[in-house]
Amino acid sequence: MVLKKLSLFVLLIVANLSFASEPTNAHSEEHHGEEKSWSEKTQEEKKSYIDQVKEHHLKDSYNFEITHGVGFSLPVIIWDGELKIFSSSKVMHGHSHAGYTVDHHGNLVSTEGKTKAKMTNLFSGEEDLFFDFSITKNVFVVLVMSLFLVLLFGAMAKKYRKSQNPSGSAKFLEPIVVYIRDEIARPNIGEHKYKRYMSFLLTVFFFVWFLNLAGMTPLGIGVTNNIAVTFSLALVVFLITTFTANKNYWSHIFWMPGVPMPMRIMLAPIELLGMFVKPFSLMIRLYANMTAGHVVVMSLIGLIFLFQNWFAAGAFSSLTLVLSILELLVAALQAYIFTMLAALYFGAAVEEHH
Amino acid sequence: MEKLLNDFSIGLFLWQTIIFVALIFLLRKFAWKPILKAVNDREENIANALNSAEEAKKEMENLKSSNEKLLIEAREERDAMLKEAREIKAQIIDEAKGQAKVEADKMVAAAKEVIKNEKKAALNELKNQVASLSIDIAEKVVKQKLSTDDKQKELVNGLVEEVSLN
Repeated sequence: MVLKKLSLFVLLIVANLSFASEPTNAHSEEHHGEEKSWSEKTQEEKKSYIDQVKEHHLKDSYNFEITHGVGFSLPVIIWDGELKIFSSSKVMHGHSHAGYTVDHHGNLVSTEGKTKAKMTNLFSGEEDLFFDFSITKNVFVVLVMSLFLVLLFGAMAKKYRKSQNPSGSAKFLEPIVVYIRDEIARPNIGEHKYKRYMSFLLTVFFFVWFLNLAGMTPLGIGVTNNIAVTFSLALVVFLITTFTANKNYWSHIFWMPGVPMPMRIMLAPIELLGMFVKPFSLMIRLYANMTAGHVVVMSLIGLIFLFQNWFAAGAFSSLTLVLSILELLVAALQAYIFTMLAALYFGAAVEEHH
Repeated sequence: MEKLLNDFSIGLFLWQTIIFVALIFLLRKFAWKPILKAVNDREENIANALNSAEEAKKEMENLKSSNEKLLIEAREERDAMLKEAREIKAQIIDEAKGQAKVEADKMVAAAKEVIKNEKKAALNELKNQVASLSIDIAEKVVKQKLSTDDKQKELVNGLVEEVSLN
């Protein structure tokens, strides 16, 4: 019996690991759980509730909620022909304001039949679209983190005015800055050209690293597990690569030197595709790694509530601890990989003919 | 994929892009440029300090080797001087010895001369003495021999015999 249960939960983990798979039947059953107490729920209901919590945790929201009921509202900004700005408290918890409300999925919807503009319908010519530019929880976290980075590194820069020797925060941060310069930028981009990419590489490393770490806190402020954020980061990499590329880079894409003529024609579309695939892989890698980490950790915590015995609590708590330590490493590793690969792409873009 | 596209938030993407690009420029101005400059400056300082230390070390080595050379030279000079002194000493001794010998020879010669002269004088005196003594003796002998007429005759005879024999 125990063995059967165990295999069920292993299956559950596996199912949760494939985060991109179809959403479970959580949506059809939600809100049922609130009427029953936890122990009265069936195993299926418990599982669907845990799935709901997980989805909620990974999802952006219109207010900053640390735990249920503790938090603050954020501004909602909507463009539907006119600009509408109001506090999210006016549309949360079933309230509606100016023709909008937040439904029980946490999505902003129009009460007047308008459709939210998305990637899928943006260019479809659909009428009655509204654009949602709200300062959501993720935007707020990105803002706060950016402010923190400016303050932190601004203070670090000031320390060098007094003395050339690093002191305070500079003591800890300088080796990382120097590491990015000497181990990432210099060898991958080249001694003569690395300087103009340093600002981006340093910014993206600390931005991603700190946001990854912030996402590990129980505040539920994972930003790097959002595809829009990683897409934006990858887009900046793509734009920098494309606009700083030299003749040699373009000739390697459209007219590969050193191979026979038919191969050149065959390679051109592949290389052209590669131009987009490289930053695309950056986007997916960061998104997938951070999401997977969160899902696995939350699944393990969910298992404690499914088992509801001391053995499971101990086992899965310690497993979560081990995984959290691993995630701490992954947070830095993913920031490193993102920076490293960006530097590699920049290096390819400015490589001289040899 | 459909879910990913559906979940893609255009608002979040726009905000993130704006904030991130602004962050790059802000950090570049207020952090990265001064930090990288400070680090570069310090690295250059360290490299310069190391270079000058290396040069000082080389100079020290040069000084040391030239000192040693000087020392060796001084030692050689001292040895040469000592040798010369020894030679001079030997020469002086030799010269002194030669002079002394010459002087001694001279003295010996002079002494010999004196002795010779003295000897001559002594001999002459002796001869004179002997002569006078002989004359005395002869006188006495003659006086005795000729004391009687017989004896005088005998002598004359003897002398005559001798002459006739010749």
